[in-house]
Amino acid sequence: MIVFASCIILFLIGLYAIVTKRNLIKIAIGFALMEYAINLFFAFVGFKRGALAPIITQLDTPHNFVDPIPQALVLTAIVIALGTTALMLTIIMRIYNRYKTFDIAEIRKLRG
Amino acid sequence: MSFIPMFFALPLISAFLIPILGKIYKPLAWIVCTVVSFVLFILALYGIAVTQQIPMIVYKMGNWPPPLGIVMTFDSFSAFMVLVISIIVFAGSLFSLRYMSRYTGEWKFYTLFMLITAGMMGVSITGDLFNMFVFLEIAAISSYALVAFGVDAEELEASFKYMVMGEIGGLTFLLAIALIYAKTSTLNLADISNSLQVMGHTPFFWMVLGMMLFAFSIKAALVPFHSWLPDAHPAAPAPISSLLSGIFIKVLGIYTTARIVFNVFGLTRANDPQFFNVLIGLGLLSIIFAGLTALSQKDYKRLLGFSSVSQIGYIMLGFGIGNYYGVTGAIFFILAHALAKGLLFLTAGSVVHVTGTRDLNKLAGLGERMPTTAWSFRFGGLSLVGIPPLVGFWAKFYIIIGIIKAGFIWVALVAILLSVLTLAYLLKIENNVFMKKGQIDAKEAPFTMRIAMVFLVVLIVILGIGFQPIINFIVGPAAHALLRGLEYSHLVFNSFAASF
Repeated sequence: MIVFASCIILFLIGLYAIVTKRNLIKIAIGFALMEYAINLFFAFVGFKRGALAPIITQLDTPHNFVDPIPQALVLTAIVIALGTTALMLTIIMRIYNRYKTFDIAEIRKLRG
Repeated sequence: MSFIPMFFALPLISAFLIPILGKIYKPLAWIVCTVVSFVLFILALYGIAVTQQIPMIVYKMGNWPPPLGIVMTFDSFSAFMVLVISIIVFAGSLFSLRYMSRYTGEWKFYTLFMLITAGMMGVSITGDLFNMFVFLEIAAISSYALVAFGVDAEELEASFKYMVMGEIGGLTFLLAIALIYAKTSTLNLADISNSLQVMGHTPFFWMVLGMMLFAFSIKAALVPFHSWLPDAHPAAPAPISSLLSGIFIKVLGIYTTARIVFNVFGLTRANDPQFFNVLIGLGLLSIIFAGLTALSQKDYKRLLGFSSVSQIGYIMLGFGIGNYYGVTGAIFFILAHALAKGLLFLTAGSVVHVTGTRDLNKLAGLGERMPTTAWSFRFGGLSLVGIPPLVGFWAKFYIIIGIIKAGFIWVALVAILLSVLTLAYLLKIENNVFMKKGQIDAKEAPFTMRIAMVFLVVLIVILGIGFQPIINFIVGPAAHALLRGLEYSHLVFNSFAASF
C-alpha cells in the first residue's frame, strides 16, 4: 500500500511544481515527475511477489506470472510522454527566443 | 475487410504519406488531405446507413476476442460523431488551400491536420479505455502543435498555456485508467462496465468518476477549467480554430464524458440525481460566465472562443438533464454548434485573410465588400442563437423541452434568456465588422474559401428545414445508444464480428 501512496505523493509533487513554479523548465520537470509517478503506479499494479517474468516457454508452465499488460501500457505511456515532453521543450525554446526569458510572469501578451 | 478501422487508418496513413508526397509535388499535400476527408465523409454516411439495421458493430483488432484484445465499437452515437467530424474536417481542408498559402511548410500543416483527424476518429469509435487515451493524446499533441503553427509570440504563449492545462487533464485521465485497471484488471469498456456493476457505487467508483470528469472538463473547457480556450483557439490558423471549436472539444470532452457516464458507469438520472445536478451546474456556470465575458471582447476570434465555452454549457446542460429529450437535444446541439461555430470561425478566417486584422474596432464596412462572408456569418450566427427554421433552433428546442419535462422550470428560463446573450455578442461582430460604414479596401475571399463556407451554410439550412429525418435516423438512434446504459456491454459481447 505504501508504494501506491508514494506514487500518488510523487504525482502531487509534480502537480505542485506545475502550479507554483514560475520557470518554464521547472514546469516541464513537473510534468516529467507526474508521468513517472503514473508509470511507476502501473508497474506496481502488475507486480506480484515471487512471480516469474511473463514469458511462456512451454504450455504446462504454472500460472505464476506478473501481469504483462501494465508493462505494455507503460511502454505506450512512455512513448506518449516522450512526444509531449519533446513538443513542450521545443515550444519553451521558441518562447525563449521570442521573449528572452523563462519567467512565466513576464510572458503575458495575451490579455482580456 | 471491415470499414471501421478505415476511419482512423486512412488519415493516419495519409498523415505519413503527405510529407513524402509534399516533397515531390507541393499541391499534392492538399489534394491528398481533401480527398481523404471526402472519402471519410462518404464512409461516415455509409456508417450511418449500416447502423440503422445493426445496433452495434464490433471490430476486433488483430482478431482477439473482446475482453482480451482491443475492440472498436461502432454504434449510432459513434456513427454520429464520425459524421460530424468528417463534415468539419472536409470544410476545413477546402478552406485551407488558399488560407495556408501565406505560411511556410504547408505539408507540416496537412500532416498535423490528418493526425488530429485520426485521433478524433479513433476516440469516437474505440471500445477500449487505454486506446481511448492513446487516440486522445494523438489528437491533443497535434492540436498543441497546430495552435503554435504560426510561431509568433502570442501563438507560442497560447500553445504553452493550452499544453499545460491539457496535459494535466490527460495525465489525470491516465491515473484514473491505472486505478480502474488496478481494481478491475481489464481495459475493455464493456468489461469494465460489468465489473463496476458488480462492485456497486463505492467511494472508489465516485473517486474515479470524479477524476475523469475533471479531466474531460478540462478538455471540453467547461467554466472553471476554460482559461486556455479563449487563448488557444484564436491563436490557431482559421481552419484549425474551426476544427478545434467546432468538433475537437466535443469529441475529447463531451463524447468521452457521455460515453463513460452513461454506458460504462451506467448512471441514470433516476438513480443518481446529485451527479446529474453537478453536470447541470457546470453547464449553467459555463453558459452564464462565458456568455457575459464574450460581450466585452474586442477580438473577432477571441469573442467566438468565449462563445464556444458558453455553447458547450448548453450541451452539458442537455446531458445533465438526462432524459430522452435532453440527451437528443444535446447530441443535436453537437451537430448544430459544430456547423455554426465552424462556419463562424471560417468567416473570421476569411476576414483575417483579406484585411490582416481581427480587431473589431479597426474593421468596418465589410458587409458590402464581402457579401458571401457576411451572409455566411449571418446564417451561422442566427443558427447559433436559435432562430427557426435553422438547425440551431431545433437543437435548443429539444434541450428546453427536456428541461421542462424534467421539471426544472427556472433552468429552462435561464437557458432561454441567455440565448439573448448569444444574440448580443454576435450582433457586436455584425455591427462592427459588417454593418458599420467604413473605408477598408477589401475584396471577397478566394473561391475555395467561399465554397467551404457555402457548404456549411447549405447544411445549416437543409438540416434545419429537414430536421425530422435527422432526428429519426441520426440523432435519435444516437441518443438511444447512450440511454441504453449498461446494455452496451451485452451488445458488445453478443454482437458478431463485423464481416463487411
